[in-house]
Amino acid sequence: MNDTFDLRSGETHIEVHKFRGGTIVLATIFALVIQAFLPVYIPKVAIVDLPLLITIYFGLSRRNPSTGLLLGMVVGLLQDSLSKTPLGLFGIAKTLIGFVASSIGGKLDTEHPAARFALTVVFFALHQGIIVLVQRLLLAHAEPWFTIRLAIAALVNAFVGVFLYFILDRLRRS
Amino acid sequence: MVAIPSRHRSLVLLTIVVVVQVLLLAVQIQHTDKEGENRSLIRSWSVGLISPFERAGAWGVGKIRGTWRHYFALSDTSRENERLKQENDALKLEITQLRGKASEADRLARLLNFRESQEHVPMVGARVIGTGPDANSAVIYLDRGQRDGIKKNMGVITPDGVVGKVIESFSDTAQVLLLTDRDSGVGAMIEESRIQSPVGGNGEPLLNMKYISNDDEVKIGEHVVTSGMDRIFPRDLPVGTIAEVKQGTPPFKLVRVRPSAQLEKLEEVIVLLTTDPVVMKKKPEDAVTTNPSSSATKDAKPKPVTGKRSQETAARNPDNSQ
Repeated sequence: MNDTFDLRSGETHIEVHKFRGGTIVLATIFALVIQAFLPVYIPKVAIVDLPLLITIYFGLSRRNPSTGLLLGMVVGLLQDSLSKTPLGLFGIAKTLIGFVASSIGGKLDTEHPAARFALTVVFFALHQGIIVLVQRLLLAHAEPWFTIRLAIAALVNAFVGVFLYFILDRLRRS
Repeated sequence: MVAIPSRHRSLVLLTIVVVVQVLLLAVQIQHTDKEGENRSLIRSWSVGLISPFERAGAWGVGKIRGTWRHYFALSDTSRENERLKQENDALKLEITQLRGKASEADRLARLLNFRESQEHVPMVGARVIGTGPDANSAVIYLDRGQRDGIKKNMGVITPDGVVGKVIESFSDTAQVLLLTDRDSGVGAMIEESRIQSPVGGNGEPLLNMKYISNDDEVKIGEHVVTSGMDRIFPRDLPVGTIAEVKQGTPPFKLVRVRPSAQLEKLEEVIVLLTTDPVVMKKKPEDAVTTNPSSSATKDAKPKPVTGKRSQETAARNPDNSQ
């Protein structure tokens, strides 16, 4: 199988990337382990949402909405299962993020670090908005839509994401 | 199976996945409703989703059923209505019959009670089977006659009081002249003052008490009883109550007496099977009670005999006076 191919012939040349076998699974597990393990020793690390960054990256790279939303669902449900939140809260949010990321990835060139930074900020905000919406609608928790901490978290995650995406790019099939 | 365009497959998949996860959330989330009840969100949603349809269905079914029952399924209603009317009529008739039987049972119980209280007096119960065809003559016919020992001039009474006397006795029937007949009469006296005077009928509901002197004091409401002087009725049987006192042909008053026995509504009577003087145990009205077990009735003591005739009778038949 080719590493890249033309998504839409005759238009902008956008590639669909393939990864080495088990990359997505291992990256997901690694992100969840780090997310659960590291804040125990460095609490401020909890501000980084590694499973979200993994979902965004593979969604943008694979550029297949079905794959993206299923990956987001799996990552989100695993995250839910490791946290005290009811199963489905992160699942819904990351399912939608995976779908939107895959859809956008098929239309835009997301290889540039600036684009990745901006998209990560947007996706983080969208992810947070979905979580707050679900919490308000289903859990009757009056969570705030926006706080300074959330804004900082969006920037931090985007910053971390740019570097993480760069590392993950190394795992692509050349 | 419905074919989904390839460009929409991911959207469909997204929808399914999100919905499944929302349901997953709803299963886990405990929701507190307005009444404070704690239940899972999926249950509240399910009930909220289904109940409107159930209500609408129940409303629709109720409407259809009501319409069917009240407008279409009336084929049997008319027949059933007719049947119920007939049943109602039959029940009304039955109630009337039962009331009559209950009334009859009461009357018979009173007669039986009276007879038991007067065991020493030979008597027989009889049923009124007819009245005289002549409006001017107050007579009745009984279903008993000579075969039962009934003879002419025997007294006929009820527990309430004197009825009349037998004027004809046939083999199975007897003709009785009521007190209200013009030709009827009974020896009587005022119970309290013991003033004696015959009482007779005049064809009207009230009786006339003849020969009460203007010098005698008579009050309305006083009781009139038999005196025993006619040799038909024992003394002290109730005859009636004084209803009117007027000035009569001098030197007598005109005293009107309301009969104690309900002569217009006689159905069962007692015929005294003797023409010899007898003494009734006092008080007959005590025996009128419908309670056969009444000790007051059974233990009733006779009123002291005051009349000469009765004293003689009591002396001859000491057992009868008890």
